Amino acid sequence: MTEFGATPSQTVGPFLSIGLVWADGAQVAAADTMGGIEIAGQVFDGAGEVVPDALIEIWQADPDGRFPHPDDPRGAVTYPGFRSFGRCATDATGHFSFHTLKPGRVDDEQAPHVDVTVLARGLLKHLVTRLYFPDETAANVADPVLATLAEDERARLVAVDIDGTLHFDIHLQGERETPFFTV
Amino acid sequence: MPTYRPDRPGTHPDYDSPAYRSTALRHPTKPLHLLPQRLTEVTGPLFGADRVQPGDDDLTHWAGGEAVGQRIIVHGRVMDSGGRPVPDTLLEVWQANAGGRYRHPVDQWAAPLDPHFAGHGRTAADSDGHYRFTTIKPGAYPWKNHANAWRPAHIHFSLFGQAFTQRLVTQMYFPDDPLFFQDPIFNSVPDERGRARMVSAYDHDVTTDHWALGFRFDIVLRGREQTPFESEPDDD
Ligand SMILES: [Fe+3]
Repeated sequence: MTEFGATPSQTVGPFLSIGLVWADGAQVAAADTMGGIEIAGQVFDGAGEVVPDALIEIWQADPDGRFPHPDDPRGAVTYPGFRSFGRCATDATGHFSFHTLKPGRVDDEQAPHVDVTVLARGLLKHLVTRLYFPDETAANVADPVLATLAEDERARLVAVDIDGTLHFDIHLQGERETPFFTV
Repeated sequence: MPTYRPDRPGTHPDYDSPAYRSTALRHPTKPLHLLPQRLTEVTGPLFGADRVQPGDDDLTHWAGGEAVGQRIIVHGRVMDSGGRPVPDTLLEVWQANAGGRYRHPVDQWAAPLDPHFAGHGRTAADSDGHYRFTTIKPGAYPWKNHANAWRPAHIHFSLFGQAFTQRLVTQMYFPDDPLFFQDPIFNSVPDERGRARMVSAYDHDVTTDHWALGFRFDIVLRGREQTPFESEPDDD
């Protein structure tokens, strides 16, 4: 079979906001959808400085654990007021936030999770990580992806609930480096 | 459920690319973990024409006038590494103006802003993966990465494809750019054939008389495994 070589990845550069910012980007769920949650965080570099020119994207199942996609073997479904995808550029202090709904379980093995993509100047290829939920202790213990990580790394992928907002900071490098994945 | 095969080694840059100084504090230092492709990874947002407004595929008119510079038509085909077209997918592009200046508060390059050039566009591939937009050729611009550092002319591209695994952000370059030799971003791609795939080709069949020059840029995203259970996972 013929194989075509893939187009290489390149950095989004410092000016990604010109092309990639959407007014509705952070609204994974419409504002008036019942049961909305906030996911928020800050991006840091290896010197502990905030990263003001990153773009965070998230992709997740709906509250029933389903995707609006034909390769979901249960069939593509649309959950009212919900898009499964969000995109938010970091601000001058490295902050991002999303309004979404908590995903359901997509199968019998994995805990509820959100796939997270990080793009930035200085990243020649996007980074991938996963966010897990702090109120899913038993499911997190049984999750096959978390199971491949060391204890301290597992903890870094579980968001922290502070006054009802789920905080998920991303450290590109350093002592608290976020565990990243190759997919 | 489909799975997506890894790209050949050398296709993508290393995160740690010292010649591009901004990677120093931003590249992960620990080995990446393998995320097996499960449902979340083999699905993804299916944005297409729904995110495109009329006129988004023409960057040459903004704020009631015409942009300065060499008008060009950029077109090509989005496919996967198995040669299958990737239909109906959104392409987002952004670029500097003819003088190499971005319409962005952080861009300090002294070239003038063009009042009629915003520098961003969108288009969607058709059912066979073909896409096309009209813009002006961006200028080269200086940056502070190394002594006398200039970025070759380029257009930034962002694509989702049809799965989380197919996400791609890249840059399209122009043929025979004399600045390639000193550019650490272009040269961060280890495989020479990979670098060549980021360079568009002049296309005289698309060049339009007394109107615009044509350039062809085909984009190849990760392809599906043909026989999902025979191949080994690879942590490229
Ligand atoms: Fe650029």
